[in-house]
Amino acid sequence: MTALSTLYSVIYQFGDNFAYLVLAALGLAVIFGMMGVINLAHGEFIMCGAYVTIICAKRGIPLPIAMLLGAVAAACAGVVIERLVIRHLYDRLFDSVVATWAISLIVQQTMLLVAGPSMEGISTPFGSFVFGEYSFSTYRAVLPIIALCVLGALYWLFFRSNYGVCARATIQNANMAQCLGLRTDHLYTLTFALGAGLAGLTGALYAPTMTAVPTMGTNFIVQAFVSVVVGGANVIAGTTPAAAILAVIQTALTASYGQLIGQIGLLLTVIMVIRLMPQGLGNLFNRTR
Amino acid sequence: MIQPASGAVSPTLRQPVLPRLLRLAPWVLAFCLPLVVDANASGNFAYYLVWAFAAVGLAAMWGQGGILSFGQTAFFGLSGYTYGIVTLNLGDGWLSSWSGLIIGLVVSAGGAALLGYMIFYGKIKGVFIGIVTLSVTLVLETFMAQTAGPQWVIGEARLNGYNGMTGMPPLTLPWFGGPVTLENTSFYYLVLVLLAVVYAFTRRLLDSPFGLALVAIRENPQRAEMLGIDIRRHQLLIFVLGCTLGGLSGALYTIWGSYITPSAMGLTSAAMPVIWVATAGRKSIGAAIIGTAVLVWLSQWLAIYGSEYALILMGAVLLFVVLAAPEGLLPFVSDRARWVFTRRPSKSRSFETQKRSES
Repeated sequence: MTALSTLYSVIYQFGDNFAYLVLAALGLAVIFGMMGVINLAHGEFIMCGAYVTIICAKRGIPLPIAMLLGAVAAACAGVVIERLVIRHLYDRLFDSVVATWAISLIVQQTMLLVAGPSMEGISTPFGSFVFGEYSFSTYRAVLPIIALCVLGALYWLFFRSNYGVCARATIQNANMAQCLGLRTDHLYTLTFALGAGLAGLTGALYAPTMTAVPTMGTNFIVQAFVSVVVGGANVIAGTTPAAAILAVIQTALTASYGQLIGQIGLLLTVIMVIRLMPQGLGNLFNRTR
Repeated sequence: MIQPASGAVSPTLRQPVLPRLLRLAPWVLAFCLPLVVDANASGNFAYYLVWAFAAVGLAAMWGQGGILSFGQTAFFGLSGYTYGIVTLNLGDGWLSSWSGLIIGLVVSAGGAALLGYMIFYGKIKGVFIGIVTLSVTLVLETFMAQTAGPQWVIGEARLNGYNGMTGMPPLTLPWFGGPVTLENTSFYYLVLVLLAVVYAFTRRLLDSPFGLALVAIRENPQRAEMLGIDIRRHQLLIFVLGCTLGGLSGALYTIWGSYITPSAMGLTSAAMPVIWVATAGRKSIGAAIIGTAVLVWLSQWLAIYGSEYALILMGAVLLFVVLAAPEGLLPFVSDRARWVFTRRPSKSRSFETQKRSES
């Protein structure tokens, strides 16, 4: 029984890290993989989702609906930002990075002024359960399953739906897609909104587990970068194995040496992966397909 | 048409005397400044200029070499902490303070060489360089922020976690009848002389064949490689130079305020050099110096009302620059001014040929 519960605790830790990496990275990966834009305001979309969720939940709206509202709010913010800023910078990659950084700075500091340095959060739902001699949070145990569901939904969206076909056609050859009558500018807006909405969903899902501060996006951004860099431009076939491998490394290092070494180990892995596979893990799957 | 960053056409032959004198004017003004204002104010001016080294380094890397690094503040912090550790261990003699400064620079150059080797010899390109440097910066900040415990001691120096290190001695010079402490006016002159040396050296370097090779790499890496230029070596060298200048800023900042905290490396601070350089115009290091000094002054002035306002303004300035004046605010204004006075369109400029397919 002791061995079993220790084993489960390792799996639980792994699942927790995996969910965190996948959810933190997906929004960034969609925007980067589909549009080639590195969105440094990613953390602010996460923050937006979390704040909207908390505010709605406090007003008495049931938590799942509040979370959906958070994701939708972030997606709307994504539409606005794409229309106003990103649209003009598609052919200037560096400038789009810098511009999203500016947006991040403005939003973060405005939130500090408007909402104050921190906001009272909501409690983690579902309580906890005891397995063997350890106690686990049910909510955190459910998160990896939600992460897998989100991955499955994305797979369906990109490979089975009409939008997915059009979006992939636009990435492969935007001019050709336009000649065939696709509104590529609408597709870019939709894709950016999808990425922003996924970031918002991440914020919404993690809102009950952390304190809401205007700078909370920064907690996610290193993990998001790391997964995207390791995974490469391929949204699903890249990010999923990248997050799985990184979660194994992080779980092992954190369990034996502590949180900090876990983070530094992540970074070293990234640098090694880039040194060996500059295109990222997703490329391995491309070649065999 | 490829154009080097600034005045690659040999200045003695083509340019009339007046523009060259005009170019010297800011330096003359800066040297005369302490004659007009009091010691305290020149200490403040030194603070504005301290940041300019990091901006010059970034302008050289980004404007000339096409390498957008978000890691200037990592080396800023690295060398600032090194200065603190060395001087707190060696005491406050003049030898200790100067060796602190030099060891700080050596450490940041070494760190830059290591990171740059991984980046350029690992064939990381374009925006990914930014992501890797930013990740390194953020991890360094996280690492420094958790060193609060008593086990984080190097010799006599405690790293002190989020509160940072304090109590570092200032720079001193040996002089007849006791050492002279460099503070306020004399520190201002030290910074100004260093800045002039760095400016002259960087200008010469960027106008030299090395600098032109960097422009060739920026415009078209494949073609440059076909011409026999070792891309990786060139980029590594300019990266090390730029990061070391970031380190110089950090060491001088630590000397100026005799403190350094991990937040000097955080996400917000890391955005600052990019904002200054993008605003001032990344193709000109002279503009970068002036732009940095003005923007640092502006944010310090606004910070009286709350640092949030200063940061919001910086973000707004950056957004405006990127959307409306991608070549930078100073070139934008001077182009407009030229148009108003002469009604002649500005000379054609080389735009970065960044294609989306490149990443």
